[in-house]
Amino acid sequence: MSATRRTKIALVGNPNSGKSSLFNQLTGLNQKIGNFPGITVEKKSGMCTLPNNEIVEIVDFPGTYSIYPRSLDERIVSEVLLDHHSSETPDKIVVVADASNLKRNLLLLTQIIDIGLPTILVLNMMDLAAKAGLSYDFNKLSKKLGVPVVPVAARQGVGINQLKQQLAKPVPAPATQIFPVWSEASQPIKELRDSLGVDNDYEAYLFLEQPLSLTFLSKEHKEIVDSIRERHQFFPGKFQGAETIQRYSYIQELLNEVTLQSSIDEGAWKKYSRSIDRILTHKVWGYACFFGILFLIFQAIFAWASWPMDQIDFIFGFISTYIKEVLPAGPLTSLVADGIVPGIGGIVIFVPQIAILFAFIAILEESGYMARVVFLMDKIMRKFGLNGKSIVPLVSGVACAIPAIMATRTIDNWKERIITIFVTPLISCSARLPIFTILIALIVPDEKVLGFFNIQGLALMGLYLLGFAAALSSAWIMKLFIRVKERSYLIMELPTYRVPKWSNVGYTIIEKTKAFVLEAGRVILAISIILWVLASYGPGDKLERAEETITKQTAHLNISGQDRENLIASYKLENSYAGVIGKAIEPAIKPLGYDWKIGIALITSFAAREVFVGTIATIYSIGNAAKEDDDTDNTIKTRMRQEINPETGGPRFTPAVGFSLLVFYTFAMQCMSTLAVVYRETKGWRWPLIQLAYMTVLAYVSAFIVFTVLS
Amino acid sequence: MAGVPKNVAQMKPGEIGIVAGFTDEHLSVKLMEMGCLPGAAIKFNFTAPLGDPICISVSGYELSLRLEEAATISILN
Repeated sequence: MSATRRTKIALVGNPNSGKSSLFNQLTGLNQKIGNFPGITVEKKSGMCTLPNNEIVEIVDFPGTYSIYPRSLDERIVSEVLLDHHSSETPDKIVVVADASNLKRNLLLLTQIIDIGLPTILVLNMMDLAAKAGLSYDFNKLSKKLGVPVVPVAARQGVGINQLKQQLAKPVPAPATQIFPVWSEASQPIKELRDSLGVDNDYEAYLFLEQPLSLTFLSKEHKEIVDSIRERHQFFPGKFQGAETIQRYSYIQELLNEVTLQSSIDEGAWKKYSRSIDRILTHKVWGYACFFGILFLIFQAIFAWASWPMDQIDFIFGFISTYIKEVLPAGPLTSLVADGIVPGIGGIVIFVPQIAILFAFIAILEESGYMARVVFLMDKIMRKFGLNGKSIVPLVSGVACAIPAIMATRTIDNWKERIITIFVTPLISCSARLPIFTILIALIVPDEKVLGFFNIQGLALMGLYLLGFAAALSSAWIMKLFIRVKERSYLIMELPTYRVPKWSNVGYTIIEKTKAFVLEAGRVILAISIILWVLASYGPGDKLERAEETITKQTAHLNISGQDRENLIASYKLENSYAGVIGKAIEPAIKPLGYDWKIGIALITSFAAREVFVGTIATIYSIGNAAKEDDDTDNTIKTRMRQEINPETGGPRFTPAVGFSLLVFYTFAMQCMSTLAVVYRETKGWRWPLIQLAYMTVLAYVSAFIVFTVLS
Repeated sequence: MAGVPKNVAQMKPGEIGIVAGFTDEHLSVKLMEMGCLPGAAIKFNFTAPLGDPICISVSGYELSLRLEEAATISILN
């Protein structure tokens, strides 16, 4: 360990022990999301200045009940704590425990003490403990456990300074050993410690118990552990139950000694919480409330976000135009103004929707309601091979599949997680909305049925339901194909309801939005640059001579400057590489009712579907200047409506073509960032490629059927 | 039902029992880690609208379990 290295402090504890409130109190806005090196688990860390002016790094670990992990995100805790000699090894571990119910919270603490890294016990929620009539002899508790004990109430900010002072002091590794490893294990443990130099017995014991948490070991070392395990016929998990019981009996004795006062009254807030549950998990009201909240979320995502999205669109359009005016014309200016700026704008425009979605999700999680949604939906979701916990990714998918797929990590069953990841992109995300809006406006009349239902609105809702139905039926089909022995279970805590802490909600919004901008942003930006190249360059010198050609063609026509510009832009696109590819795929997309112009849009929107509308706007001769007009949509719409299909002589965008396109975009993958996230989450190309193939075929076949039936 | 120990899945809403043991080793560890320990009082609170999963109270916590998981917890009463 080098002297210049910044002190690392790990926060671990049970779910619902108030860990994130404490993390936010310690770090404030100095937070960032990264990855643990080598493993694809999100690492949430932040900086904290201690009273002695030392700046330390606080790392927030996923909530876990024990050192034996149950899901992917929990495994990181044992992985980091078992590896005592890496750059990620924490110098101090803060175990956060819910003081209002210590018994269960101390299980993890006793395991961490036995691992032998410097540990501090934080008794959080002291306010609730006091309300429940509980108090403890902190000195005795600290002496018995051999670790410092700090009482805090993180939500109220009480005790944070005392904790910071404690963090500034040196903490020795605890000398206490709470759980003596079994005599059956003593021989393999000795061999392990001799051959690998593992620090203590319990750590070595966990090496034997948790073969999956040893990703930090080199291949040779892993083989040594495996061979020792095999030689002594040590079966992982065999003694885990007995260990848990033994630890609990130690904890019970300890609590009997240190609990000063305990009343049997469980506190009014808990009773209150139960009466709320009577409504929110009610046969009728429970579902009514859930759908009411869903409706509110959708309403918010689509109605409230539209104003900031329009502003962002306008600002980026303005920047593009400005750059073109200020910088000398040339390929570099064009790259910045037509490639990079719209590329960044294409990412930023989704920020309002993502922020609103995560505001809701954070409120639902903070209040304890999310666990009830899982509880309500589990039986229904299970029929489709999903888990109650799949509901969170599926709802998030309405805004964007990327954070939604990252949210599947809480699903501990591999099969249910894979199915959830697989079907989430079928949920219509916000990037599909501009495509839906413009095509619906083009082919569905703006009329009302039954007096008040707008047909266009109904069509839009129909597309969302179509996506949802496709997700569920695909899940059901996958359930039949994937066979695993791993059992699915849903043992989950239903936390007591509480008023959300708004600063925690704020931090979640910032953190998730930042993660989206950085994760998806990189891919979208790279793709938009590639697209710019494809659309700006072409074989031969046709592009350079575009202006000349168009001037020649239109010499005898009375054409205004703007229209001429538009014609040149459209001619350039036709003869660019994108245009060449569009023409090349025309035979393949003809059965769906599309021509090469739509083909170009399919190609350019392959990596990010939201590019579709922009491409269509360019192809149908709408230059950038038209954007300043308030009636942009009308302009695009009018141009599209006027487009003639040379074969039929009628309009190009017939209802058949329009619906075929709508269905195609409902089902098609058309999002490189999603593929990248699926690759990362499933650790390989197998699932993203199957997903891409499945969704493309589904989109193609469905669009073909729709076109054939309607025309 | 004489001689066959009762399990949590057979309890009625509002009923209270004492955890006697577990019939599934793998699940028992997870249940114990979450505070469901032999000897602890367990209360069947309510079921989800479709009858499954269920909500129980044990060791001061509310847990949700599927019926098949609840059936692995045997109770004395």
